[in-house]
Amino acid sequence: MYCSCCFSLPNSSGFSVATMNGQLKKCHIAITSFIDSCSPFLIPSSLSPSLCDSSHNLDSLPIVAVEMIHSLFLINHSGDIFLEKHWKSVIGRSVCDYFFEAKEKAAEPEDVPPVLQTPHHYLISIYRDRLFFLSVIQTEAPPLFVIEFLHRVVETFQDYFGECSETVIKDNVVTVYELLEEMLDNGFPLATESNILKEMIRPPTILRTMVNTLTGTSNFEERLPSGQLSTIPWRRSGVKYTNNEAYFDVIEEIDAIVDKSGTTVCAEIQGVIEACVKLTGMPDLTLSFMNPRLLDDVSFHPCVRFKRWEAERVLSFIPPDGNFTLMSYHVNAQNLVAIPVYVKQNISFFESGSGGRLDLTAGPKQTMGKTVEGLVITVHMPKAVLSASLTATQGSYTYDPATKVLVWDIGRLNPQKLPNLRGSLSLQAGAPKPEDNPSINIALKIQQLAISGLKVNRLDMYGEKYKPFKGVKYVTKAGKFQVRT
Amino acid sequence: MYGCGFSAFRLEARGAMKAALVSAENLQLSLQPELSQEEQALTRARRCHDHKEAQGPGNDELKEMLESNKESLKLEAMKRIIGLIAKGKNASELFPAVVKNVANKNIELKKLVYVYLVRYAEEQQDLALLSISTFQRALKDPNQLIRASALRVLSSIRVPIIVPIMMLAIKESASDMSPYVRKTSAHAIQKLYSLDPEQREHLIEVIEKLLKDKSTLVAGSVVMAFEEVCPDRIDLIHKNYRKLCNLLVDVEEWGQVVIISMLTRYARTQFTSPWQEGVSFDENNEKAFYDSDSEEKRDETETKPYMMDPDHRLLLRNTKPLLQSRNTAVVMAVAQLYWHLAPTHEVSAVTKSLVRLLRSHREVQYVVLQNIATMSIQRKGMFEPYMKSFYVRSTDPTHIKTLKLEILTNLANEANISTILREFQTYVKSQDKAFAAATIQAIGRCATNISEVTDTCLNGLVLLLSNRDETVVAESVVVIKKLLQTQPTQHSEIIKHMAKLFDKITVAMARASILWLIGEYCERVPKIAPDVLRKMAKSFTSEEDIVKLQIVNLAAKLYLTNSKQTKLLTQYILNLGKYDQNYDIRDRTRFIRQLIVPNEKSGALSKYARRILLAPKPAPLLQSAFKDRDRYQLGTLSHSLNLKASGYQELSDWPAVAPDQSVRNVEVIEPQVNEWVPTVGKSKPAKSAKSEDKFYSDSEGEQVDRKGSKNSSSSSNDSSSSSSSSSSSSSSEGSGSEESDEETSDESPKSSSQSGEGSSESETDQKKEKNKKNTDSKAKSKAVNSESEENNNMVSSSSEDGSASSSSDSDSDTEQKKSSSRSKPKVHERPPKEVSLLDLDDVAPSAPTTPKASAYSPSLLSDLEGLSLSSVSSPMQVTVQPFGPVKSHELLHHMSGKGLSARYHFPRQPFLYQPSMVQLQITLTNASDQPLEGIHLGEHSPASLTLHRFSPVERLEPQASVTVSMGIDFNDSTQAANFQLCTKEAEFSVSIQPAVGELLLPASLTQADFEKEQGKLLGMNETSATITMAEGHCSSAVLNKQVRSMANLGEVITGHNNTHRFAGRTVSSGALVLVTVEKREAADATITVNTDKSVMASMLLRDLKQALASA
Repeated sequence: MYCSCCFSLPNSSGFSVATMNGQLKKCHIAITSFIDSCSPFLIPSSLSPSLCDSSHNLDSLPIVAVEMIHSLFLINHSGDIFLEKHWKSVIGRSVCDYFFEAKEKAAEPEDVPPVLQTPHHYLISIYRDRLFFLSVIQTEAPPLFVIEFLHRVVETFQDYFGECSETVIKDNVVTVYELLEEMLDNGFPLATESNILKEMIRPPTILRTMVNTLTGTSNFEERLPSGQLSTIPWRRSGVKYTNNEAYFDVIEEIDAIVDKSGTTVCAEIQGVIEACVKLTGMPDLTLSFMNPRLLDDVSFHPCVRFKRWEAERVLSFIPPDGNFTLMSYHVNAQNLVAIPVYVKQNISFFESGSGGRLDLTAGPKQTMGKTVEGLVITVHMPKAVLSASLTATQGSYTYDPATKVLVWDIGRLNPQKLPNLRGSLSLQAGAPKPEDNPSINIALKIQQLAISGLKVNRLDMYGEKYKPFKGVKYVTKAGKFQVRT
Repeated sequence: MYGCGFSAFRLEARGAMKAALVSAENLQLSLQPELSQEEQALTRARRCHDHKEAQGPGNDELKEMLESNKESLKLEAMKRIIGLIAKGKNASELFPAVVKNVANKNIELKKLVYVYLVRYAEEQQDLALLSISTFQRALKDPNQLIRASALRVLSSIRVPIIVPIMMLAIKESASDMSPYVRKTSAHAIQKLYSLDPEQREHLIEVIEKLLKDKSTLVAGSVVMAFEEVCPDRIDLIHKNYRKLCNLLVDVEEWGQVVIISMLTRYARTQFTSPWQEGVSFDENNEKAFYDSDSEEKRDETETKPYMMDPDHRLLLRNTKPLLQSRNTAVVMAVAQLYWHLAPTHEVSAVTKSLVRLLRSHREVQYVVLQNIATMSIQRKGMFEPYMKSFYVRSTDPTHIKTLKLEILTNLANEANISTILREFQTYVKSQDKAFAAATIQAIGRCATNISEVTDTCLNGLVLLLSNRDETVVAESVVVIKKLLQTQPTQHSEIIKHMAKLFDKITVAMARASILWLIGEYCERVPKIAPDVLRKMAKSFTSEEDIVKLQIVNLAAKLYLTNSKQTKLLTQYILNLGKYDQNYDIRDRTRFIRQLIVPNEKSGALSKYARRILLAPKPAPLLQSAFKDRDRYQLGTLSHSLNLKASGYQELSDWPAVAPDQSVRNVEVIEPQVNEWVPTVGKSKPAKSAKSEDKFYSDSEGEQVDRKGSKNSSSSSNDSSSSSSSSSSSSSSEGSGSEESDEETSDESPKSSSQSGEGSSESETDQKKEKNKKNTDSKAKSKAVNSESEENNNMVSSSSEDGSASSSSDSDSDTEQKKSSSRSKPKVHERPPKEVSLLDLDDVAPSAPTTPKASAYSPSLLSDLEGLSLSSVSSPMQVTVQPFGPVKSHELLHHMSGKGLSARYHFPRQPFLYQPSMVQLQITLTNASDQPLEGIHLGEHSPASLTLHRFSPVERLEPQASVTVSMGIDFNDSTQAANFQLCTKEAEFSVSIQPAVGELLLPASLTQADFEKEQGKLLGMNETSATITMAEGHCSSAVLNKQVRSMANLGEVITGHNNTHRFAGRTVSSGALVLVTVEKREAADATITVNTDKSVMASMLLRDLKQALASA
């Protein structure tokens, strides 16, 4: 009647002795899932043989389909697992060994392939803020689904704790756990909208922690957040502010590759509109542009009514409360992109292989009459470069001999007196002259300018009586801006 | 039936509960410290190793805290326990103490207990049962959050004994009033299924019920459950199909992903293929793409023209807006849906969005690039306009770089190969040597795919052999070897060259490969091979082992083919090899000797030596690593890993005949107001009765229906839905006409499908019209469109399709090797399209074009010249026919050039290498009696000047001349370009000052466009002058000729006899230049120049005045 293995299993191993009629098979399923979930060393040695001897054919059981994301491991830069969370049965840490193997092989943490395969599981990982977020899945699932979710987790942590680092996560481990519990149910995303989460689990503040410890009140909301049920899950109801404000930052980034001679190989402009909306009630906003035709490809926060955009090219939306990214866009590729700065570079190595010279000058190119700020030039040197002794007419430079990265922080660009960095490079003794020249990356910032020329026309609010305070700010930054040498 | 099953469950659940309670009672007794013997035996083994960390002094303390009366202490204890769990430490010891708090009032404490319970329930099944009754009570709680979380935890406890209880709870929750609880129950279905697959049938019942749910909250979760429990029960979807399509936009993003991928599978089983040739606008194109799998389809298309099922269209239309989602997974899901379901010409709608995703995080890029790589193999045209987005940055991680390289290689065709090769040339120099090696492989692939550049690529690769880096050299040799094997006819030159380079190459692998090549093709280089062998015989002892092996090999092959010259050498080498230190070499020597030198012992084998050693070797195949990835559905894990992941569901092939469509009809939809949704506005009654043919009103009715369940956003949604109906009206009209066609069927079936197609085109066209800032290329292909529409024998194509079709042309060009006669004329047939692929938008079709091959071989050659990292010159000779209005200018007189004379002219063609450069051709003549060597370009000034050098001329015999082409970016100024022309002995400074007319390229405009553009360039941008024309210039033809010989402008056809209009663009910046010549009475005329380049305008005016006024 009972199968032998059920009897041989001790009570505490997780299998019920009080087996009922007809429960036989279920017991075996539990065994299979148990084996699946335990790393080998967790299975008591006495158990395995009895399973093998079992008169039941385990193979004939159907493969049990499981959820999307099974487990999550947080791994720090040096390869320690400092947090784990399982949404189903526990998967042993040993599964991470496959990941560590791949990490060993990669030169940089960025080089670890995001999707890996192990004999029984698939590992999908992201690397952000010097942390690996490694998720384990067991069956087919869209990799982007998992990747996107992991990034959402990071963003939620940043939202809650201000940053996402090992210390912060360790300090707030309970909140982290509560968040993860709410964000995924059985491996499937449940609540990822930060507004809903914040209603359920309040972000920690010093004051609240103190009050909680004194009074014993909790961080938890007892009611289901209204957002979870409404068709506008991003906004909570009953928002009240004394000062009603809505700010929009139009941030544009120039991605460009400029070749040796200063010719632009490719250049494009990507923009985002970051919003900070603190408005009472349920405002319905409409944002229109002077020149919406500039926008070539757009993606929106779910709050934006797409059909309205299609028809009229205006953004109509009920905003989430607080900070959010309203839209991101790509500027029509046919428009010529103004390149705000140029870098004249002369990096050469001596034939003898003993050293080289470096001479960099930065200057304004098409700045539309604005000042370039926060100019930082980063040079990735060839491996053979040991050190650099340079003099900068403006700003300061650092050379990290470990990563071979030269960073020259210029700051504000003065068109009258162009900043220059020159000096000599010394090479490793005996190393041959490097064949490849380093590439130069540029970071910069121009305030009060959207380089594409995009302009917000007006912002209107409907649905509420009060008059909000409105503001639009423009910033241009360098995105992936690279000069080839 | 349902009720019956329900009560049965209740019974079973009661039984299970009883059992649970009994066991719980037992356990409470056995909770005393003394554990049963077997229990102890097992737990000891497990616990002893984490005993120290987890169980230290803290555990008892925690237990005490949990048992205290103070809430805060309990909470603190729970928090610490969670900390332990998070660290992966074992806290199962505390299970009894924790479980007691499951009914605690403090919600945070309760939550934490839940977390603990879910984690350890499986290990402590019996104790876990203690908590069950608490959850059962909570399931009846008036607070929906409590009901939902109770269900969540209950279903997460993986204890088989409570399966009936779970089943009951799920069934009850599935009809809960709160959509949130229903959503939770959908999640619970999957959990229960994985715990006990035997419940499948009952669970399917629940799924069926939940699929009918109208809440957007539930839709995603229930489809997820469907996918896991019964993905094969496609019949459950029929009735809900239209609803799901219509709800899709409002479903939360994660649900969207799941629903889209489910609908993709569904559509592949329910609709017929939209890829049949009947619909395609370009037969050739279609065949090229789907040749392999369209065998069966072909017969069936003959019988019936394709008409898209309105439901199929509905799915495509409703998913399209999701391309704008901020969630990358959603965008990818839509992209794969379009890839697998949409008609061929609509797939390119997803391109832009996919390219946008490349801006996202590195991991996202990785997955998206993988998918693009697969797509770009089949459909180059889709991504070609975005080629620059795949340019590699030195800061990209290696795997991203390799993927981008893969895509660039896939995109390469005759038109863009020069740009791509130029890009590759930067990559070869990359610090990342693995990437540099991959680039060389990619060059090899380009060379095999595009026969025109094979030779130039080969030359470039040969030059790389003198690179200092071993990886680069080894890789180039390997690739050269492969290339030569694929093209065994015409490479004696290269082998000779490699033989020449041989002395300079030090990398053993490279040397060995060269020796192998010489040996393999020794009959083609009969003079060099023995000589190389001679040299090798001298240096044999100092070579590395692999080189020695190849020397032996070479000797053997030469012995067989040319024994007269090499007999002694071979003997000598074989003797050296016989006493080598390495046993491999000794063995090989012995073997070779036996094989080739006939003696009595060797017997029959040596007769076959020739056939053994000189057997033709099969050429290695250079192809994409993503070649066969398309067998997996895009966007899936299996696709990413290129192997079948467990649980992967194959996408079925299209059915030959569509299954019954009527299964998707929903009879009557009752207006169901959902009271649990906070409704603000009054819910509107839904339209009820729907007849079959009124499909679209059906969907609208659904929308209205849904609106009822919306709160305050409904008002704004009104406007949006109205706008949507206007935007979609064109397509619905199209389908309407389809239907009417069906009824009347007096028109030919083909035209009916056309009208359907045309309507969807017009949608995209409309959009384009909105985008006033259209690119010229788009405009042009639109012009092509309208043309073809006029012709009416081709279905209109959108601009993307235009490029797709021409790219497929180029596909077929690669097949030219086999049948050049067939595809050659095709190239000539479509010069405008070819040109538009090049991004050289402004070439008037009237502009003279030379036969392609000769037109860009010089520029290609010079591209490849850039591949060289050393100054070794390429052995190729260049000759180009001069053409066009040749007005050649002296560059260097042979007196001042010490015998070298140079003349240049502007061929007035766009420079293929860099569109912003002006092409000029230089004819170099050797007027001396000595051969001139190494003619190349030297220093140039000003420094900002960019010019594209011609490839050095290695040797110019006396009285011979050669024409080379170079490009100069004059930056739209007539400032002279100074540079040095160098020979091996001397350097000569020369300068080119272009006439302003040469800085232009003709633009083709219609009269209307011309006037519109002219209207924009008034005021400061207009310059005009009145002149008296010279006699004989008054006739239109002469005037035309005169102006166009002066400046490289295109004529605008006007009806007016007295006004002549010309249009062009500056080469460098593409600024429009418009010239109007208006004849007055007698010989007077007004010349007007409109352009925003005022300096150019005045100069052009001066030149034109001269040209027209002079005799």
